[in-house]
Amino acid sequence: MSTRAEYRKREESITLAPLEEQIASSQVSGGGNVELLTLNIGPHHPATHGVLRLLVTLEGEVVRDLKPIIGYVHTGIEKTAEDKAYWKVIPIVERMDYLSYYFNAMAFCGAVETLLECEVPKRAQYLRVIHLELNRIMSHLVWLGTSALDLGAMSMFWYCFREREMILDLFEQSSGQRMHTRYFQVGGVMEDIPRGFEEKLREFIKIMPGRVDQYNDLLKRNEILLQRLRGTCPLDESTLLALGVTGPLLRAAGNPWDLRKAAPYTSYEDFSFKIPVGTVGDNYDRYAVRVAEIYESVKIIEQALDGLPEGPHITEDRKIALPPRHELATSMEALIHHFKLVTEGFRVPEGEVYYPIESPRGELGCFVRSDGSAKPARVHMRDPSFVNLQATAAMTRGCYIADLIATLAMLDPILGGIDR
Amino acid sequence: MPDQVGLELLAQQLGEAIPGSVLETTFAHGQAAVRVAPASVRTVLAQLRQAHGFRALMSVHGVDYYPHEPRLGVHYELLDMERVDRLTVKLRVGVAEAVVESVTADWPTANHQEREVYDMFGVHFDGHPDLRRILMPEDYEGHPQRRDFPIGGEPVLFTYNDATSPGWTR
Repeated sequence: MSTRAEYRKREESITLAPLEEQIASSQVSGGGNVELLTLNIGPHHPATHGVLRLLVTLEGEVVRDLKPIIGYVHTGIEKTAEDKAYWKVIPIVERMDYLSYYFNAMAFCGAVETLLECEVPKRAQYLRVIHLELNRIMSHLVWLGTSALDLGAMSMFWYCFREREMILDLFEQSSGQRMHTRYFQVGGVMEDIPRGFEEKLREFIKIMPGRVDQYNDLLKRNEILLQRLRGTCPLDESTLLALGVTGPLLRAAGNPWDLRKAAPYTSYEDFSFKIPVGTVGDNYDRYAVRVAEIYESVKIIEQALDGLPEGPHITEDRKIALPPRHELATSMEALIHHFKLVTEGFRVPEGEVYYPIESPRGELGCFVRSDGSAKPARVHMRDPSFVNLQATAAMTRGCYIADLIATLAMLDPILGGIDR
Repeated sequence: MPDQVGLELLAQQLGEAIPGSVLETTFAHGQAAVRVAPASVRTVLAQLRQAHGFRALMSVHGVDYYPHEPRLGVHYELLDMERVDRLTVKLRVGVAEAVVESVTADWPTANHQEREVYDMFGVHFDGHPDLRRILMPEDYEGHPQRRDFPIGGEPVLFTYNDATSPGWTR
């Protein structure tokens, strides 16, 4: 009780006096009658892309300060992961950033594989690349649809979700699930792609660039979109770097930093693709970079499918991966391995590792500490949305509140990833 | 990544620039890490930025090494974008004296991440501009990511049971 009362007291003691003084003394406002208004946006607001609450200090329509308040969908995933065997952690971490579940699983599996020093077969790496890039397109499509919706373009939402549906169908075909697929396993992927997957994927590869052309026809030179996005809320590269911002937001400001190129993982070095960059780092660049990334992802998928090597889809190390089903009927050893893996799980040698990958939103790093047991002693995700969110205030200070909504859309925060 | 030799060289130079700062170096799985004295972390990070090119701080996260002492750890993941080099700076503090100097003034990105470490592990960051809980409710008691934090559910606070439920304030 006492702490609650204290909290209320603190809450009531918040005053805007220092900020008012600051504005009254500044030359910009002309020293006239300035009234500050604190506006609460969210946590339940369609334009906040999740359960994000913003405390915005306004002077008229101009944003003077902004404080993001988060934690509304904190589910303690990192804590839960400490109580699960390594392979059972995968479906849990997938639910952090719910639009890029393959990336979450990839970061975690990559970290555990590094600790195990386990070699992932080439075919599994290519299958991972295919699914990661499909997931990147899917994530960008959701972003494009909902962002366009924020800017008043309703039909974009339906077009984007139409293509997203094709991707989800592909996910369903390869793993049985449309979302949170648990397809990536430590040491490889759960199953090889089924018959018919390749034809369907080829069809998708053929259709998708044309569809992105259509989006561009609708939006790229759209008068309303240009007025809403071009030149609004720019932020330069050095400020972005100081704030730790990565991904499309950083690339929009002209820095071609992409971990797929800079420090390739999972065979990204085998593919030729370009890194789209912007010039001034305004909202329009942020939009253009993401749309251009869809074309590049399609290119990567096509190359990975063409060059898909033969071989196993998961490591042959029976101490890590389950034996094939048919072996269980004939081999005692396979039965023992199966039993050990399903009951206790595999043990991971002691150590700490930080494994960064390029998610659709920036650097997604997974830190795993192992104490030698079958459960991780600590799992931490450096989620790009969590870090990028800090840039909102820097981006929108001095902008109109309408531009704040557009900036938030272009920031593409996923609250499941922020709160974890 | 600096290789093993590079890491030793770097630790040597760091130790000369800031005496007594480097406690230990580890090189495992191709990843380099230095363990530094908690009191010197801010100067060490500044030195690594100025003299060694690690201009980006990618992640700050906490670890609980229970049952080992000192229990709490804070890790700083540094990145050099030009040479594509990574370095982890680690420090360890005990639960009783869990105070570390904040690096938010030098690296604005650490702001939310230090708040998260404070929230989850109870490490206080001296000089942080706004050290409040970030993910847990403001009036929550305890630091849930610590290994000895009891798990197994807690009563949900509603307005009607605010007075009767022991809640978080047990």
